[in-house]
Amino acid sequence: MQSTAHAFKDNVEHALVDGNLQQSLALLKVGFSERRRQAVERLPEFEALRDRARDIKNHALAHLDFYLEAFEAKVTALGGHVHWAPTAQDARDIILDICREAGARTVTKSKSMIAEEIALNDHLAANGIEPVETDLGEYIIQLRREPPSHIIAPAVHLTKDQVADTFFEHHRKLGFDKRLTERSDLVAEARQVLRRRFQEADVGITGANFLVAETGSSMLVTNEGNADLGNTLPRVHVVIASIEKVIPTLEDAATLLRVLARSATGQEWSSYTTFNTGPKRPEDPDGPAHYHVVLLDNGRSGVLGTQMQDMLRCIRCGACMNHCPVYAAIGGHAYGWVYPGPIGAVLTPQLIGVEEAGNLPNASTFCGRCESVCPVRIPLPKLMRHWREREFERHLTPASVRQGLALWAFLARRPALYRRVTGIANRVLALFGRVAGRYAWLPLAGGWTRYRDFPAPQRGGTFHAQWRARGGARR
Amino acid sequence: MSARDQVLGAIRRSLKRGALSGDARVAAEARLREHPVNIVPVRTTGTQDDRVRLLEQWATFNQATTARVAAAEVPGAVADYLAANNLPARVVMAPDPALDRYDWNSRPMLQRRRGLPEDADRVAVTGALAGIAETGTLVFASGPDHPTSLNLLPETHVAILREADVVGPLEEVFTRLRARYGEGVMPRTVNTVTGPSRTGDVEQQLELGAHGPRRLHILIVRD
Repeated sequence: MQSTAHAFKDNVEHALVDGNLQQSLALLKVGFSERRRQAVERLPEFEALRDRARDIKNHALAHLDFYLEAFEAKVTALGGHVHWAPTAQDARDIILDICREAGARTVTKSKSMIAEEIALNDHLAANGIEPVETDLGEYIIQLRREPPSHIIAPAVHLTKDQVADTFFEHHRKLGFDKRLTERSDLVAEARQVLRRRFQEADVGITGANFLVAETGSSMLVTNEGNADLGNTLPRVHVVIASIEKVIPTLEDAATLLRVLARSATGQEWSSYTTFNTGPKRPEDPDGPAHYHVVLLDNGRSGVLGTQMQDMLRCIRCGACMNHCPVYAAIGGHAYGWVYPGPIGAVLTPQLIGVEEAGNLPNASTFCGRCESVCPVRIPLPKLMRHWREREFERHLTPASVRQGLALWAFLARRPALYRRVTGIANRVLALFGRVAGRYAWLPLAGGWTRYRDFPAPQRGGTFHAQWRARGGARR
Repeated sequence: MSARDQVLGAIRRSLKRGALSGDARVAAEARLREHPVNIVPVRTTGTQDDRVRLLEQWATFNQATTARVAAAEVPGAVADYLAANNLPARVVMAPDPALDRYDWNSRPMLQRRRGLPEDADRVAVTGALAGIAETGTLVFASGPDHPTSLNLLPETHVAILREADVVGPLEEVFTRLRARYGEGVMPRTVNTVTGPSRTGDVEQQLELGAHGPRRLHILIVRD
């Protein structure tokens, strides 16, 4: 997908005045986070499981090559194929080749962030193969030609009426000529339409939540069961997964699953948790005859061993965005690329460059809620701060910010001067603002005062002055 | 250089080592071989009775329905469930020989067919490899006895679970799978299913029956 992360500030301006979006985001604020809280309360071991989940992922990353090779050996022994894709382009080409070899005209897809990352749908469509998204949310946004706005709830930015309009527009030609108003009817209609698509598809493409080295299994979690239809009905099943998805054993999968659904939707367990291992066996009555796993690197190997490695623990639950005050205000599209929210602010500069996405790590209040709910304890604020430093080092920060910081640094290194200047500034501000108690406009502070008033200083002088007046000791 | 070498080489360069060797390799191999259990929730301990009750509790929490029956009552319980839900007395059943232990002829009005589901099939009846008390989850393994599509295509799924097959945590399922298929071996697909298919993709409100079954009924058979 074409990134608009560079236009983050414009995206935000649009998001803040989008009524439908704001209506949808209001639901998000109470939904996922409250359900997560209840699920955590029901499981006394939850915090210990988070520690263990973190340790499992750290161990897997430190032995990544070993577990990938073990996984590959298992899949190959069963007659499956493992493909290695250093870049997004490699992955697109590999999948297109598999589809062509299968003579595919349509492929059903179950929601995969990796497929979004490599813009797989566009590539298949450009080459005459129709990709059909089957996760309901993903299907809705595919019809609307929109990118997902949330990693587990891709259509969370839309209202029911918008969905109804979309279905009415697109399903009319399939013989559904009534605009539906009930949610259950919308779901039922999509089920009917997509059931046919599953039956006619030649290839089913799914992502994977985990790859299990012990058994060569790819694991997938859904609530709808769409991935299971996609890995059972078509003749060919293609799994696309990034390299950091591999974990050692089934027991390790159990631990990660215990924190995944609870962190994501507040469910105890997702409705469908499926272990796929190789193609159908000769005696199996159904299942795909061909089974492929595409392992995507796309820059991840370069993150190993760096101070950014922690981001590779991510299990894509979405808890960080569900709890982020910035995400709650602007939604996912404003982030401009595949991964929104705090994890997007950390991943996106890594995957498409800090030049393009340098704004994203700045879109945080550093309140720390994301880190406090992350099931694998990724220190998201620390990683965002790291990107801010990189951005500053590379002189990508706007001149006004750089000059402002330089001025502040100049003063901060000269305490006596600092006290004098802040004292004067305090008195001047007080002189002009004390009556109203706030300013609607200030020179050089337009970025702030455009949206809200700037408070006038309190009585009693600067903090330094008050500290001294109260007898505070100098250190 | 092959793409494989390129990716593995890049990983090793970043980890500042060659292929894993020595003690570290021995330890990683042992981890795969021994698959140590991590943290198992306390809620899964207790007697077999406790576990069956826990399974019922969580299955109900996840919008499945459950009933406890004796083996002789299974065909009647299936027929009554269908009648109570205004469903036709016609089912597609897994070819699983374990289902032959129930006296289906005791309900001659219940039409049965064994094999793969077709479009017209509205109800599937299958066994379950295990039930997980921890989350009220059913486990189905693919094979000649149990086509995966039976778990997915019909609108209603009636699963028959023997009390003895109710386990505490997910880890005990892995133990059973290893005993049945061998160490490190899995069937093509293991489905773990918790309640009916669902979606929250329209305004985050729960709707059942997104792609898989709208109804999941669990008959727990007393031993």
